[in-house]
Amino acid sequence: MQRAKGIEVKSVVVQVAATLALAFSFTTVVVLLSGEPPLAAYGHIVAGSVGSWLKVAQVLRVWVPLVLCSCGLLYTFQIGLWNIGVEGQVILGAIAATAVLRWGAAVGAPTGILSLSLLAAMGCGGLWALAAGILKTRGGVNEIFAGLGLNFVAVGIILWLIFGPWKRPGIASMSGTEPFARELWLPTVAGWRISPYALAAALGVLVLTWWTLKYTRVGLACRAIGRNPHASFLLGLRPDRWMLVAMMLAGGLAGLAGAYQVLAVYHRLIPAISSNYGYLSLLVVMLANYRWVWIPPIAFFFAALNVGSIQLPMMLQMDSSLAGVIQGSLVLATLVVHGWARRRQRAS
Amino acid sequence: MMELSFQVLMAGVLAGAAPLILATMGETLTEKAGVINLSLDGTILLSAMTAFVVAYESHSLILAFLAAGLVGVMVAAVVAGAGIYLGQSQVAVGFVLTLMCRDLAYFLGNPYSRLQGPQVGLTPLPFLKDIPGLGPVLFQQSWITYASVALIAATWAFIYRTRWGLELRAVGEHPHAAYARGINARRVQLTYALVGGFLVGLAGAAFSLCTKPGWGRPQGAEGMGWIALAIVIFGGWEPVKVALGTYLFALLQILGISLQGVLPSVPTQVFQVAPFPLMIFTLVFMHLSQRPGAERWAAGRPWLLRLMRLLRGTAPRALGQPYRQE
Repeated sequence: MQRAKGIEVKSVVVQVAATLALAFSFTTVVVLLSGEPPLAAYGHIVAGSVGSWLKVAQVLRVWVPLVLCSCGLLYTFQIGLWNIGVEGQVILGAIAATAVLRWGAAVGAPTGILSLSLLAAMGCGGLWALAAGILKTRGGVNEIFAGLGLNFVAVGIILWLIFGPWKRPGIASMSGTEPFARELWLPTVAGWRISPYALAAALGVLVLTWWTLKYTRVGLACRAIGRNPHASFLLGLRPDRWMLVAMMLAGGLAGLAGAYQVLAVYHRLIPAISSNYGYLSLLVVMLANYRWVWIPPIAFFFAALNVGSIQLPMMLQMDSSLAGVIQGSLVLATLVVHGWARRRQRAS
Repeated sequence: MMELSFQVLMAGVLAGAAPLILATMGETLTEKAGVINLSLDGTILLSAMTAFVVAYESHSLILAFLAAGLVGVMVAAVVAGAGIYLGQSQVAVGFVLTLMCRDLAYFLGNPYSRLQGPQVGLTPLPFLKDIPGLGPVLFQQSWITYASVALIAATWAFIYRTRWGLELRAVGEHPHAAYARGINARRVQLTYALVGGFLVGLAGAAFSLCTKPGWGRPQGAEGMGWIALAIVIFGGWEPVKVALGTYLFALLQILGISLQGVLPSVPTQVFQVAPFPLMIFTLVFMHLSQRPGAERWAAGRPWLLRLMRLLRGTAPRALGQPYRQE
C-alpha cells in the first residue's frame, strides 16, 4: 500500500515535470522565433506581476473574476457539461449590473442600488445559462454550440447597447458608456488597489462551492449524473433538471464576475467587458483537473501572466499575447502528458 | 439596372464565401470521419498570419498557401493525435488550440502588422468571361473563387462516389464495424483530420492574401472559424447543403453592410451575429422534426414539410467519440 502510494506520487511528479518542460520549451522556442530574448521576457512578466505590492494588487483584481467563473464551471464540468457559454454569461451579468446602476442612479441610496445590481447580474447570467441549458435538454442542441451562439448574441447585444440606447451624449465609441459616479463604485479601503469586499466574496464563493459540491445534494447529484447519467436516471435523479440547476449556478457566478468588472474595474460598460475571462476560466479549471483546491493558485498564476505580459510591449518589442501562448501550452501539455501516462498505464 | 446589381451581388457572394468554403469543406470531411476539430478559429488566424509572412518575405504566393496548409495540418495533427491516439477529449484539445493559436498568431505576427504585402489578383477566364451578362461578373474572379466552387463538387463526389468516401462515412458512423471489415479506422480518421486541417489552413491564407488582405490585430477573420463550425452543422454534414449555408452567410454579410447604410447607428458586428441564432434555430428544428409525429403534424402544411426535409440531417454517429481500437 505504502509502496503503491510512493509510486503514484513519483509518477505525478514526473508528469508535472514533463508538462512544465514541454510547455516552457515550446514557449521559449516561440519567443526565440520572434527574435527576442526569452529570459528577459519571462523576467519582465515576473517583475510586472509580483514585483511590488501594487502589482500583486493588480493581479488580484484579475484573480477575482477568474475564481468566480472557475467555481461556477466546477458545477457544469462535474455534471458533464461544457459550459463554453460562460463568456456570454459574464457579458449579460455586466449588462444587467449596468442597467440597474443607470436606472437606479437617480433613486439614491447607493448601497441598495449596488446590492440590487449584484443580484440582477447573477439573475441575468443565470438565465442566459438556463437558455443554453434548455436548448441542450429540450432542443437537442449541443451545449457547446448553444453556448457559443449565445456568446455571439451577447456580444451583439452589448455592442448595440453601447452604440445605441446607452451611448454617451454626442459620441458613440468603443470606449464605452458614460462612467458612473464614484458612489456607485464598489466600496474599497483607502490605499487599497483591490476592493477587500471583492476578495472576501471570491474566497467565500470558493468555500461555498467546495462545501456544496462535497456535502450537499446538489454536489452528489452533479457527480452521480456526470459519471453515469443513465444509472442516475434509474436511481430516480432527473439528469435534465439537475443540468439546468448546474447551468444556473455557473451562469449566476459568471454574472457576478461581469458585475465585478463593471462595479470595481471599469466603472462603465465597455465592449470588451468580459476581457475573455470566461474562456480563460475554462482553461483554469481544465489545468486544475476539475478540482477546487487547485483553482486559487492556478487562477493567480494565470492572472499574473495576464498582468505581467502588459510589460512586454513597453519593455521589449513584443505583443502581450505571449501570456495566452503560455497558458494554452500549459493546458495542452497537461492533456498530452496525462493522455500519454494513461496509455502507458493501460499498456503495462 | 436591377439585373446588373443582382449579378454583382452574386459575384460578391461567390468571392466573399470562397475562404469559408475551403474551411467548411475541410471541416465536413473531418467530421464525416468522426473527428471534431474545434480549433478552426485559431487555426485560420495562425495560418493567415503564416501565409502573409511567407508571402511578404518570399514574394511567392504558392509557397505562402503551402505554408498555411502545413500549419493547418500541424494543428489538426495535435487534435487527432491527442484525441484519437491518446484518448483525450477532442473538444477540450480543440478548444485550447483555438485560444492558443490565436494568441500565437498575434504574438508571432506582431512585427508584420499593417504592412503592405502581396495579394492574389483576379484571373479572368478566357472565353467564359465574354459571355454576355454573366461573363464579366462571374468569370472575372480570383482563382481562389474558382477553386472553392470546384472543391464543393469534388468533396461531394469524393464522399458519395468513391470507395474512399464510403470508407470515410463508414468510419464516421461506426468505427468498430468498419474495423471488423478490415478498415484501419484510426488511420482513416487521422488522414481526414489532416486533409481537413490542410483545407482550413488554405482558408486562412485566402483571408490574409485575398479577402481581407494584410495582417494586424485584429485581422478581420476573427470569429470566422466558429462560423464555419456552425455552418457545417447548419448544413447537416452534407457538402452541398453546407456550401449553400456558406453562401447564405456570405449573402447575409453583404446585406448587413448595405443595411448599415440604412441603420448607421448599429455597428457591423451586430449583423455578423446573425448566423448564430439561425444555426441554433436550425438545430432545434432538426431535433424537433425527428420526433415521431412531427411529419404527420406537418403533413397539412406543405411548405413546412419541405423545410423539414431540407434541413434534416444527422451527425456522424461516432462524432467526437474516441474510438478504442482493441
